Amino acid sequence: MDNKITKAHGSGGIFSHNLIKEVFLKYFDNPILNQLRDAALLNQINGKLCFATDSHVIRPLFFPGGDIGKLAVAGTVNDLAVCGAKPLYLSCGFIIEEGFPISDLEKIVASMQKTAQDAGVNIVTGDTKVVEKGNADGIYINTAGVGKIPDNISLAENTITPGDRIIISGTIGDHEAAIICAREEFKITGNISSDCNIVNSLTEKLVKNVPGLRIMRDPTRGGLATILNEFADKQNFGLRIYEDKIPIKNSVRGLCEPMGFDPLYMANEGKIVIIVSNNDADKALAIMKDHKIGKDAKIIGEVIEEPKSRVLLKTQIGSDRILDMLTGEMLPRIC
Amino acid sequence: MVKYIDEFRNPNIAKSLSQKIHEIMPDSKINLMEICGGHTITIFKYGIKKLLPQNLNLISGPGCPVCVTDNSFIDSAIELSHLQNVIICSFGDMLRVPGSHSSLINEKSKQSDIRICYSPMDAIEIAKNNKNMEIIFLGIGFETTVPLIASSIISAKSEGLKNFSVLSGHKTMPNAMKALLDSEDIRLDGFICPGHVSAITGLDLYKIIAEKYKIPCVVSGFEPIDMLESIYMLVKQIKENISTVQNQYTRVVRNQGNQKAIEIMNRVFEPVDAEWRGLGIIPGSGLKIKSEFQQFDANQKFDIPLIEKKENPGCICGNIMRGINTPLDCKLFKKICTPQSPQGACMVSDEGTCATYFKYSL
Repeated sequence: MDNKITKAHGSGGIFSHNLIKEVFLKYFDNPILNQLRDAALLNQINGKLCFATDSHVIRPLFFPGGDIGKLAVAGTVNDLAVCGAKPLYLSCGFIIEEGFPISDLEKIVASMQKTAQDAGVNIVTGDTKVVEKGNADGIYINTAGVGKIPDNISLAENTITPGDRIIISGTIGDHEAAIICAREEFKITGNISSDCNIVNSLTEKLVKNVPGLRIMRDPTRGGLATILNEFADKQNFGLRIYEDKIPIKNSVRGLCEPMGFDPLYMANEGKIVIIVSNNDADKALAIMKDHKIGKDAKIIGEVIEEPKSRVLLKTQIGSDRILDMLTGEMLPRIC
Repeated sequence: MVKYIDEFRNPNIAKSLSQKIHEIMPDSKINLMEICGGHTITIFKYGIKKLLPQNLNLISGPGCPVCVTDNSFIDSAIELSHLQNVIICSFGDMLRVPGSHSSLINEKSKQSDIRICYSPMDAIEIAKNNKNMEIIFLGIGFETTVPLIASSIISAKSEGLKNFSVLSGHKTMPNAMKALLDSEDIRLDGFICPGHVSAITGLDLYKIIAEKYKIPCVVSGFEPIDMLESIYMLVKQIKENISTVQNQYTRVVRNQGNQKAIEIMNRVFEPVDAEWRGLGIIPGSGLKIKSEFQQFDANQKFDIPLIEKKENPGCICGNIMRGINTPLDCKLFKKICTPQSPQGACMVSDEGTCATYFKYSL
């Protein structure tokens, strides 16, 4: 096969077929996909379904700790997982710029398959389009996914009550910090790895073992501060977190302080933040700490009566202040 | 480094400084102005006001470079962006500042080629790679950023670049402080002076404020402990009825400043009268490119049409910058003026007083 993607690879003709056979089927190989129908025929699923989609336009495509392929699978798997679902099937759509190296595409597809396998999901249907050189930046990937929510599980803001605890599964800001270091325009060299990872084995354990689990989210774009504000928005409670309890790697702080970035607003790609009843908080924390992606988990705050709908931060010097949502954008093209 | 920073956020030291301020605080009301937007952020981000006596009032001053940039500068930049074969390069904050009729970000979404740069040196690179285009860098900021822009002009000259120029909207600090005091709009008892500007200029420029106007000045760092200590030093001067220039930020600011940076600045720029948003024209408070470098002066190089200036009549950014009002006095604040849809410059920049109030206060 030639070593660059051409318009012919998106034509639907012989080049498309070869690409499907020699790249996509080679890695994604599973009985449903292998039928190569226009749509995937799925087995019967009983119970409540969960459905999510996520598009990925990250630059650079390969970064310490991950690549666009791992990110694209983890993105949708994690969206399903934090809703309490067990992810089952994924679709993927590629938009590829003419001239993209096929060896890079193969690396990305291999990484997608490895991540999908780790998550226990199959990629069962897909699509490829090629656009003229200059009309995209290398490759964009969309994934969508279906998962099943166990019976009797319903995670929602309206179950949250004052006294509940807020837990984060590990250090914040790692992904965005890694991308900042990987971007040439900042001319920074740093030894920071993205936390890009699937979270579904951890969320499934929590769903199964922690009856007091109220809600889970993955703090991606906008970071921890934005997710907490989404929890509290229009609700009959407020949240308070403690600055000195929030786990942040020294390397990330060392990058953020001089650059003026705030880790509270920086994207994570393999973390979850949960709200859990006070009674079950220690149990949830222990489950997290016992899991390989939750070793640095910490209780960082609690649900409070007042001020309603707002998030407070107890600062390092001991004063309360409002912690608001991210306004605008810190850094474009981070996922 | 991180451990070093934590020492400047130590809650026990904060508490003890807060106590010391309370102990020496006179009964009368004290108004201190923090000039720099970076200081305003620290005050709000760490909740410093809650640690201070109630009769100690902190007023935010005109020290955010984006906020003090007048509409006419934005209007000129927009006009330049409409010229054929022009790429406008700017610091990111400037893009959302509303001008009289539009903003750079609006023009970018139409057809103007406007790019965000982190340094004027990035604009030089763009100029080298696009020889058939004119690259215009929007130069804003105080003495902190001026040396960098001056050195980009020097290197453009030495490399013989013909397609690079700077639209200078630079401002310098001490004359604006004098103008504030001369206007007598508000009574000020002390200045928390900008740390990074002073790292370049040194302390001498504040002497006239302390000696002629009898207003104490303390150059402060940007960590909460820095600011609490600076406030303590100011209150102490006020209590003892003295007015001198003191340097709290000794780990960064040398009394004589950075002579090399001053030299570079003076080689390229000379003082000129400048229009400040809210403060009007202040004599000798701006910087223009010297004639020796005029081929890099966008004002000389291009014929920029004059646009009739228009401001949102409800916006009180000018008064906020003079310390007469706070954002809470503004009818537009949080209603139609938000960080997503800023009506005035103070809501645009992260360092703007309105943006800081919006982000951090209840």
